Amino acid sequence: MAGLDSLYQELILDHAKRRLGATDLAELPELTESTCGATSHQRNPICGDEITLRVTLDGEVVSDIAWEGLGCSISQASASMLTDLARGTTTAELAQLTEGFREAMRSKGQLPLDEERYGDAAALSGVSKFTARVKCAMLAWVALEDATRRARPTTG
Amino acid sequence: MSTTPATADQTAPQTAQQAAGKPVFDPAAVRDDFPLLGVEVNGEPLVYLDSAATSQRPRAVLDAERRFLETVNSAVHRGAHTLAAEATELFEGARATVAGFVGAEPEQLVWTSGATAGLNLVAYSLGNAAAGRAVPGHEDAVRQWVPGPGDDIVVTEAEHHANLVPWLELAARTGAAVRAIPVHDDGTLDLDAAGALLTPRTRVLAFSHVSNVLGVVNPVEQLVALAREATGGTALTVLDACQSAPHLPLDLPALGVDVAVFSGHKVLGPNGIGALYGRAEVLEALPPFLLGGSMITTVTLEGAEYLPPPQRFEAGTQPVSQAVALAAAVDYQRAVADRFGTDALLAHERALERQLRHGLRELPGIRLLGDAAGTDDGTVERVALQAFEVDGVHAHDVGQLLDARGVAVRVGHHCAQPLHRRFGTTASVRASAGIYTTAHDVDVFLDALSGVRSYFGVA
Ligand SMILES: Cc1ncc(COP(=O)(O)O)c(C=O)c1O
Repeated sequence: MAGLDSLYQELILDHAKRRLGATDLAELPELTESTCGATSHQRNPICGDEITLRVTLDGEVVSDIAWEGLGCSISQASASMLTDLARGTTTAELAQLTEGFREAMRSKGQLPLDEERYGDAAALSGVSKFTARVKCAMLAWVALEDATRRARPTTG
Repeated sequence: MSTTPATADQTAPQTAQQAAGKPVFDPAAVRDDFPLLGVEVNGEPLVYLDSAATSQRPRAVLDAERRFLETVNSAVHRGAHTLAAEATELFEGARATVAGFVGAEPEQLVWTSGATAGLNLVAYSLGNAAAGRAVPGHEDAVRQWVPGPGDDIVVTEAEHHANLVPWLELAARTGAAVRAIPVHDDGTLDLDAAGALLTPRTRVLAFSHVSNVLGVVNPVEQLVALAREATGGTALTVLDACQSAPHLPLDLPALGVDVAVFSGHKVLGPNGIGALYGRAEVLEALPPFLLGGSMITTVTLEGAEYLPPPQRFEAGTQPVSQAVALAAAVDYQRAVADRFGTDALLAHERALERQLRHGLRELPGIRLLGDAAGTDDGTVERVALQAFEVDGVHAHDVGQLLDARGVAVRVGHHCAQPLHRRFGTTASVRASAGIYTTAHDVDVFLDALSGVRSYFGVA
């Protein structure tokens, strides 16, 4: 199952278990006027994967990400890795990272993710060869992109 | 690939067939007819266990379509040239063949693009009647089926979205309610609840013959009788025969339903073709859904008059080569049944069903969705199709590991979200057999599955 190991790397299986940022959103304090944040719910209608992700911004900086969701190991690992990567970045950096990630995922294995920029999430490079799984990897990223856009509705 | 003979794993019914000296069906004898079964996937011989999603086509079907396109192709029911006449003859001949496949008369069979189109046809036809567009002279007949405020459309919790969403939409447009007959843990329908849900307010009862997730054969006659008892026979009974048509001999008129649908691509035929069966009086009374060419008698700028069924429901250019190829698929299946005997085919189906279900039950950490024990003592009938969950591993990941071994299964909600919710999950894995599925296929699948939990570190 050599081909599979490029998909299910150790780091991915680790993150799928660790689920950084995963929480019960109902337990978190409500977003208020002064905390700039928003929530996005995304689902993958093909396999039923779901994520609800909440981003909190401090000015231009992503101060926190919290999410709850159900899904395969790729979608869970991706949400965990993204949480790790995006906390503390600026929204501009995040937009670039997301664009780069999307391009890599669409590249059918041609564009690996740079480990220096993407950290653990670079381990998701292998997913792009499994086109049926790209949506799984993208789910959390799309949720964060959407939540961030909602959190800063009129800027940019 | 393999012409591997059935392994020693043969389960009781087949052995009984053998012991009784009856003919035995060995799928190895037909596998060579299916070119696709010879492909390799990820370096492994394909083990195709996704026939419930779509079946593979024998060469006879591929050849029939090609032959039609190369020698006869032209528009049917239009134009006077020789090819058009030949094409029309083949097209109508195909209708007779496919009608015969389900015990019906040709006039009772409407071509559709598939089961989804057939179910929408019925729902939208009733919606048109609700909007005052009943067929002149048939207002009374159709009125009893048309839902309105306070009326019910009864379905089951196990329906494919194709047999649910059109009814939800019809209910929303007419002010009616959709009510669902619950499913027991073992996958059978709760008939007591069905008896209570069916009332004189029931306008439509729509249900699957075999759920595409549970594999249980629902008691059609009993449900039809319950509907008749509750309504005095005024409810329209609609059967989704998508998953029974590939596995069981069908006699739709004998089942007593008003309407039934199935898809060609699940019965060894092409995509883009399917059929709707309707009792003659029912088709007569249903107004058309799609409108346009080929379904009219007279058109003026003020209005149009429609052809009788089945043409009334066949607006526009029809999928002719697909219809011809679907008839070839029916002929192919009939030839196999003639050669081996229907009993032998059914015995093989049951053997696979048991091998699949028992094999899954024996693996640790597997939960079956609907595990009707009555299958073993014959009190519940099943087809060889089983959905399940693997504890600690998401269905998508299970499917990926099986794929690496060349095993093709379906993962996800299989277009049955309410049913998955009822079983407390969002996704499952489904293995399903076709006429060409061998015991060896099931063995390879079970073997590949047995390694999944350790791969993901949950066992
Ligand atoms: C029970 C059932 N009903 C309806 C359908 C819809 O069939 P089609 O997609 O061919 O229209 C399917 C196919 O997945 C099915 O299994």
